[in-house]
Amino acid sequence: MKIIFLLILVSLLVAIGFLAAFFWAVKSGQYEDDYTPSIRILFDDKNEKKTK
Amino acid sequence: MNNIAPIKENIHESISSTCFHCGENCGDVNVLLHDKRFCCQGCKMVYEILHEKDLCQYYDIDAQAGVSLRGKKRTQFAWLDDEVIQSQLIDYQEDMITKVTFFLPAIHCASCVWLLENLFKFNEGILDSKINFIKKEIYLTFDSSKVSLRDLAELLVSIGYTPEINLGDLDKSKRKKVDKKLIYQLGVAGFGFGNVMLLSFPEYLGLDEINAIGFQKIFGWINILLAIPIVFFSGKDYLKSAWLSLQQRNLNIDVPISIGILTLFGRSIFEILSGVGAGYLDSLAGLVFFLLIGKWFQQITFNHLSFERDYKSYFPVAALLQNGETTPIQNLKKGDIIIVKNKELIPADGILMQGQGSIDYSFVTGESDAVAKNKGDQIFAGGKQLGESVEIQITKTVSQSYLTQLWNDAVFSKEGLSQHNQTQLLADKVGKNFTYIILTIAFLTLFYWLTIDVVIAVNAFTSVLIIACPCAVALSIPFTFGNAIRILGKHGFYLKNTKVIEQFQQVTAVIFDKTGTLTFTKDNSIEKNNKTITFHGDELTEEEKHHVMWMVSQSTHPLSQRILGLLRGEVETEKVLPLASKDFLEIEGKGLRAVINQKVIKIGSANFTQNKANDLANVFLQIDGKTKGFFTIKNQYRKGFETILHFYKNKNAIHLLSGDNEKTRKELEPYFGKNLHYLQSPKDKLNFTKQLQSQGEQVLMFGDGLNDAGALQQSNVGVVIAEDTNNFTPACDAILDAKSFPQLPRFSKYMQGCLRLVYMAYGLAFIYNLIGLSYAVQGELSPLIAAILMPASSITIVLFGVFSGTFLAWKIGLGDENHTPD
Repeated sequence: MKIIFLLILVSLLVAIGFLAAFFWAVKSGQYEDDYTPSIRILFDDKNEKKTK
Repeated sequence: MNNIAPIKENIHESISSTCFHCGENCGDVNVLLHDKRFCCQGCKMVYEILHEKDLCQYYDIDAQAGVSLRGKKRTQFAWLDDEVIQSQLIDYQEDMITKVTFFLPAIHCASCVWLLENLFKFNEGILDSKINFIKKEIYLTFDSSKVSLRDLAELLVSIGYTPEINLGDLDKSKRKKVDKKLIYQLGVAGFGFGNVMLLSFPEYLGLDEINAIGFQKIFGWINILLAIPIVFFSGKDYLKSAWLSLQQRNLNIDVPISIGILTLFGRSIFEILSGVGAGYLDSLAGLVFFLLIGKWFQQITFNHLSFERDYKSYFPVAALLQNGETTPIQNLKKGDIIIVKNKELIPADGILMQGQGSIDYSFVTGESDAVAKNKGDQIFAGGKQLGESVEIQITKTVSQSYLTQLWNDAVFSKEGLSQHNQTQLLADKVGKNFTYIILTIAFLTLFYWLTIDVVIAVNAFTSVLIIACPCAVALSIPFTFGNAIRILGKHGFYLKNTKVIEQFQQVTAVIFDKTGTLTFTKDNSIEKNNKTITFHGDELTEEEKHHVMWMVSQSTHPLSQRILGLLRGEVETEKVLPLASKDFLEIEGKGLRAVINQKVIKIGSANFTQNKANDLANVFLQIDGKTKGFFTIKNQYRKGFETILHFYKNKNAIHLLSGDNEKTRKELEPYFGKNLHYLQSPKDKLNFTKQLQSQGEQVLMFGDGLNDAGALQQSNVGVVIAEDTNNFTPACDAILDAKSFPQLPRFSKYMQGCLRLVYMAYGLAFIYNLIGLSYAVQGELSPLIAAILMPASSITIVLFGVFSGTFLAWKIGLGDENHTPD
């Protein structure tokens, strides 16, 4: 059962990783505008490929 | 072949009736390009620009997505070359890379977003553009060596999105910063909560007793490590607020919460380190997590609204000097001569030097009629010039002008407000009594057990403090009222925060503004069956009506527009027929005069038409020296205003404060009795509110314009009625969409009901507390019971608050947002 200590350690590290990811997401402004991206995703980017 | 022709024709027909760019009816205008029809040259030009840049996908995303440019003047942005203004507007600059934010009110559809985010195709200096659709803002990153701020603004104008920049934008400190701290705190608390719960499982399941590996000890230490950021980062604001409140010898709701948090933390550390038990860190983490969720839930932001605007949001950034240069208005000096064009705002007090002034002071005084000014007259800042351009010599700088002075009155600073506007809030009232009761029970328990056993005594004492922590009480208001604000917001009533709901309940006196609040102004749309404007006198012939219509259509005066609306409903064509008259004159403040078919027609005041003034007549009509009659123009009251006045009259004292003259006294006397106050300056309104408050009244103020701003600030609850919530509104506690005005009594009832729900939630919390306390006083509160009881009570309160609130809304008739029964 001692393996549980290792598992706990790993699980904590994973959780801290997610916490860091959450912090990064907040910092990069992903929570500031939650409406416009829903419009943006519908755009066809055919034209852009032509110009590039 | 035969089949194709009719289809083509159909397409052509459907194109030709409306503008390809903006979708407006083209009428008889004929602007054509590439088989497409446009309503004006402006729309065609935008199409040409987009076509040239191969950006016509704009029209595929949303058909006819454009912004109508008909009748709009191109705004000039020459003043954006001024370096001082530039540095104040720019968000960020490093080397040549510059970032700037513009407010573009014209953003309205997906095509707008697409076009504006492809802005880099217009100019290689533009590096990136991002849109926030809800805020209608564009965030531009550009290379300032290749493109100037002015070029950017003018590019936006050329494609129909005119940036709106006002004096308030220059003040960087006031710009809203998104407060991310709460989100971080919530993240940490959630992370801690989950892990602490997980690590507490051996304890819940009694695993240690079976395996005896020593999970408990190691897990306990990890739990302490996890709990430290929960208490000192996530729970920091509660501890801080409690400390501040104690320093002021006051007890708010955060005091018992902090006592709970610290006792939980202290006792858990003691238990874990001494090996007595597992501690209550799971309950602690859960408590902080739920509290923060409550806080987050009640932080609702209506992004398209602002509750904090002051006069600066109305003022332009720059003024045009006589010599053609533009200057930031802060730099205006005494003696400078500026040019103010039609519909522009006068930024500083001055003297009229050139031109015929007709100043609309409705911003400042609420008086709807424009005031005529002649050469040499004094002009105050805040008025809008209507008509021709005028030259004004500045006599006072912007910061010393009348309007600015009024704004700098003490009420507008936070210190001046604190004394009147602070009503004790329910949560704090409850918190105070709660703290006393809990401390009494805790000490009674302590003293009782001290006579028997010291260990049990300390144990029971801390257990009482832990279990009594008013988590449920603290959550009730955020969730019940937070939910209420969302529901009210859907119906067009936007509250600044949850406190406003409580403040509404304490109101004892209600003040109404008249112009713009009880009444509204209408444009020249046809007024059939409308009793607010009538003509008294000889019947007019069809020809005479057309003559009068032509005359009033030449004038922008509000009364002219109303008369036009009346007559358009009476003549057959509904259109103004073109007439040729070389002798048309508009004499500001007096009336109109024209010679048509050798007849002199005069429309205007009693004095102007040599008539005797009477109460009913606003505008006289004289043809060829003979008075034909007069127009009576009554105020147009908002639908439902009678119900609302009666509603408030039954409960409170109601008052009317108007900047207008006494003309409406008779109409309004049945409602207000003697509480009618006319010719009130903004300062008078403010003082009146203060006076009521000094008599112990809690004042609710309904207003609309800048002229009410002082009173709105001073009042306990200030509500602004807005025709268009995207427009400017003065600082206030709540914004009411004019369309929702008739629903006001319903909103009021709903808020009352929500307060009752909070009391019921307190009752529920009390039951939970009673159960917990019965364990605690006996010294038998196990971590497991605490871990079940505390989240259970919180969740019950949250569910009760949200569901009962939504049910109540449905019962009162606020359930479906599109359903508005009358």
